[in-house]
Amino acid sequence: MTPAPDTAMVTADGLPLKLKLRQAERRKKLTAFLLVTPLLLFIIVTFVVPIFDMMRRSIDNPEIGEVLPRTTEALQAWDGRDLPPESVYAAFAADMVEGRENRTTGRVATRLNYEISGMRSAVNSTARRAARLEAPFKESLIETHARWGDPYTWQVIQRESGRFTASYYLSALDLRYDESGRITLQPEEQRIYLPLALRTFWLSGLVTVITLILGFPVAYMLATLPLRYSNLLMILVLLPFWTSLLVRTTSWIVILQSQGVFNDIVAFFFGEGARMQLMHNQIGTVIAMSHILLPFMILPLYSVMKTIPPGYMRAARSLGANPFTAFRRVYLPQTIPGIGAGALLVFILSIGYYITPALVGGRTGQLVGNLVAFHIQNSLNWGLAAALGTLLLGSVVILYFVYNRLIGIDNMKLG
Amino acid sequence: MSNSDDGPAAAADVPNEAFVRFDSVQKSYDGETLVVKDLNLDIARGEFLTMLGPSGSGKTTCLMMLAGFETATHGEILLDGTPINNVPPHKRGIGMVFQNYALFPHMTVTENLAFPLEVRKTSRSEIDRKVKRALDMVEMGEFGNRRPAQLSGGQQQRIAVARALVFEPDLVLMDEPLGALDKQLREQMQYEIKRIHDSLGITVVYVTHDQTEALTMSDRIAVFNDGVIQQLATPEDLYERPESAFVAGFIGENNRLRGVVTDIDGKHCSVQLEHGETVRAQRIRVSGEGAETMLSLRPERVVIDPVEGSLPNIFDARVEELIYLGDHIRTRVAVCGVDDFIVKIPNAQAHPIKRRGESLRVGWSAEDMRALDPG
Ligand SMILES: Nc1ncnc2c1ncn2[C@@H]1O[C@H](COP(=O)(O)OP(=O)(O)OP(=O)(O)O)[C@@H](O)[C@H]1O
Ligand SMILES: [Mg+2]
Repeated sequence: MTPAPDTAMVTADGLPLKLKLRQAERRKKLTAFLLVTPLLLFIIVTFVVPIFDMMRRSIDNPEIGEVLPRTTEALQAWDGRDLPPESVYAAFAADMVEGRENRTTGRVATRLNYEISGMRSAVNSTARRAARLEAPFKESLIETHARWGDPYTWQVIQRESGRFTASYYLSALDLRYDESGRITLQPEEQRIYLPLALRTFWLSGLVTVITLILGFPVAYMLATLPLRYSNLLMILVLLPFWTSLLVRTTSWIVILQSQGVFNDIVAFFFGEGARMQLMHNQIGTVIAMSHILLPFMILPLYSVMKTIPPGYMRAARSLGANPFTAFRRVYLPQTIPGIGAGALLVFILSIGYYITPALVGGRTGQLVGNLVAFHIQNSLNWGLAAALGTLLLGSVVILYFVYNRLIGIDNMKLG
Repeated sequence: MSNSDDGPAAAADVPNEAFVRFDSVQKSYDGETLVVKDLNLDIARGEFLTMLGPSGSGKTTCLMMLAGFETATHGEILLDGTPINNVPPHKRGIGMVFQNYALFPHMTVTENLAFPLEVRKTSRSEIDRKVKRALDMVEMGEFGNRRPAQLSGGQQQRIAVARALVFEPDLVLMDEPLGALDKQLREQMQYEIKRIHDSLGITVVYVTHDQTEALTMSDRIAVFNDGVIQQLATPEDLYERPESAFVAGFIGENNRLRGVVTDIDGKHCSVQLEHGETVRAQRIRVSGEGAETMLSLRPERVVIDPVEGSLPNIFDARVEELIYLGDHIRTRVAVCGVDDFIVKIPNAQAHPIKRRGESLRVGWSAEDMRALDPG
């Protein structure tokens, strides 16, 4: 059957078969490519580009280099001990004058303020008086603002004058440079992001477990009930998808608040003192998120269970297994791809969740996503928001690989 | 798992010691129609009994009631003398081979075979020994570490048989276990299942709608139709002596002639055919003179160009169609007013090849033609 190795196969018109095949295939490939082009472009523009832009922003650091070019250059020779020489102060004064004219000093003020709080006013007040500064600049600058007399200020300017910075990531991980320039953990009471990340993972895990416990029997019923009933049940499962996320979350507010439906019922039976705080804390976040993410657990589970013929359970029983053993040893293991897919989906959606914790989470029910939103909308520290976002993305990618290792991504059934 | 000397056929002769007994069992799924109507069936220990019948005749339903997955609507099923209606499937100790094998896809072959032993809390060493023996029995010793998906259909089938036998049940049910296999593999597996049955002395209830399979494997065959056993007999009896028009038509090839009984004398009767001729036939199931009847005759019992006067039934026939089948020529002829009368002419020197449109004489004895119910 196999052709002799030295005589390549040719078609009827004498062309090599391989070449002919490639020509014939090329057309097909081109058509296929053209068909997906719109989607490809859409994904690139709305998904790939923003993600890379976010990753760039998390390390991007143009402010000091651009606004203080002379200072940057002069600082290169400085050994970082004591105060920098007069040449640095002179360069800084010149940069400030120019920055004042171009109205760019505000950027440096903001950027330095991320590193040392209070630097915004130091830079701004210096910029206002920059034109009137006179040599020796060292003395006149220190006179303008005491910060310029602190070596630490100049160390930070020197460190952050590069094109790229790690400082957003350090902040996002509650790390900082100590006096000698080494990276250390923030003191316990100043840590914000690590406890928040921990809480995010813990709550996401909790939501995943709750949706699994609640969703498994529903998916089982969906897969085994006669079509007539399972269709109805399926509609009930999908109903939340057709309702706005905000409506669903606010309904939970109606139910959970201290004067809400649930507490009214509790108060009716056990008295006013029995009212529970179910909202503006982690309980509210967990309850509302579990409800909202439940379909994402049920659907992958259902699609896996649908493919498990009832014959397996019967076979197990006929072989002598009681119903529980048959379920545990024969049915359950076959649903693992579904459990894996559902858990992965719910967990990944959870760790990036934002709107529900924002509405029902209060202060203790906030997740990393809420802080990303805060830095984008309120503090306008986009670099930090980008670093937090990239770290979230990174943990999703890690999860994916762990999942792939344990279950195999090819086994994943999403719908 | 002892090799009994008296064999299954001998056991089949002792019906009063029924191992499995269906006692007026009825089954309805919807409360409107009976899928199984008043089933009475005794199966002897060591017997190979086949349930044969067209699709939807209730074979699987009977098997499922025996295995415990369906409950009988009425009547009782006894296993070794004890009623099992209220015994759950896992306590019945009945091995079962499913039509689609139902091998657990997430377990290796060895794990599949070990499963029934593990749930019985058998010791590890005992499990290893029994699994190995079961694998050797179906000649699959080297495949222990494979997953079912990595096996061919025939191999999966063997594993399914081995799994149903590994915990040494006395009774094994098989629901069309060979349905998915091609003809050659089927025949090979029929032989293997039969061999295992003979060597272990187990009782097998086998379901198929392949009559050849039923004829070659069974000690007895229960022919089902419409929830009723039409006939329960050995393969030979079933083929040679069908007792109803349905069985005659369902098993083997069969020429049918319709007519009215004109005269009955002892075991025989005369029947006037719709076309006018009168034939002599064996009286099997005719209610009396004047009754309508269906006459059944196996094609191989038709004699070509018989000596005049040697047979009570000799008629003129015309060749309509010839199909060359190697060892014989299947010939469709028109005779006695029907044109789908099949004759098998052996491909031998004594029988000159006929041509289409030629006429010939055909005849048969009264013994070979059975007068049955009108069907
Ligand atoms: N679970 C069920 N619910 C309702 N009706 C059923 C059910 N199972 C079987 N039936 C009906 O009972 C009748 C007998 O079915 P059964 O499966 O016993 O037939 P069978 O003889 O095994 O046929 P086949 O050779 O096609 O397997 C059929 O008419 C079928 O439609
Ligand atoms: Mg069936």
